[in-house]
Amino acid sequence: METLFEIKFPAKADRLCMVRSMVKHTAGVVGCCPELCERLVIAVNEACMNVIQHAYREDDAGEIVLEMLNNEGRLHFRLFDNAAPIDLDNCNPRDLDDIRPGGLGTHFINEIMDECDRGHLDEGRGNYLEMIKKIT
Amino acid sequence: MDIKVIEEQGSALLALGGDVDLSCSPEARKAILETLDDGKNLLINLSEVTYIDSSGVASLVEGYQMAKKMKLEFALISVSEAVMNVLQLARLDSVFPIYATLEDYRQTTG
Repeated sequence: METLFEIKFPAKADRLCMVRSMVKHTAGVVGCCPELCERLVIAVNEACMNVIQHAYREDDAGEIVLEMLNNEGRLHFRLFDNAAPIDLDNCNPRDLDDIRPGGLGTHFINEIMDECDRGHLDEGRGNYLEMIKKIT
Repeated sequence: MDIKVIEEQGSALLALGGDVDLSCSPEARKAILETLDDGKNLLINLSEVTYIDSSGVASLVEGYQMAKKMKLEFALISVSEAVMNVLQLARLDSVFPIYATLEDYRQTTG
């Protein structure tokens, strides 16, 4: 497993453009086509947004760690936060036929990624999300 | 994000540009809802939008639903590829009235 990058950044909305730029550039370096780069950016951006909005509840004192790894053609995106444990039962995508604002982030992640695993860190130290996308 | 509003008789053309993400979607939402609150039909030009996230999409959905409730017209004009990809992902491309150009909108709606 090759670590492509690992960053820690404040859980602030104005840092998301930096995250998008890093994911897009790195995905391109490992051979993803522009269309896939864009989709990976969407999924990772939404995952970070969920942490900012729902885990930290917009308390911008929190931090997010994002790792992007390549495991022989499978890209792993791992997010860690130090927020209070989230309710994992509330992480399911909503019915898209119910047209209303919000609630699309998890749907985007599930549509784009091949695998997704979320849970709590030991001893209530935060939450993690791992998303995997096969690229070859 | 850039926001420009051009007002005409009874309607407003709101042009968004750049990245519409969580850091600025509240501003887009405010502009959309305030225009509708003034009782104006709303056309949103998205040709210069380079990225939109689910919070930006939520602002569009809220505007669409408010317009419907107020019996005002609401349409998306010249939707960029980046935005269209996200609308398709959300399966909203068949929900919003979308026109390739402002002329198309005017010809279709008379």
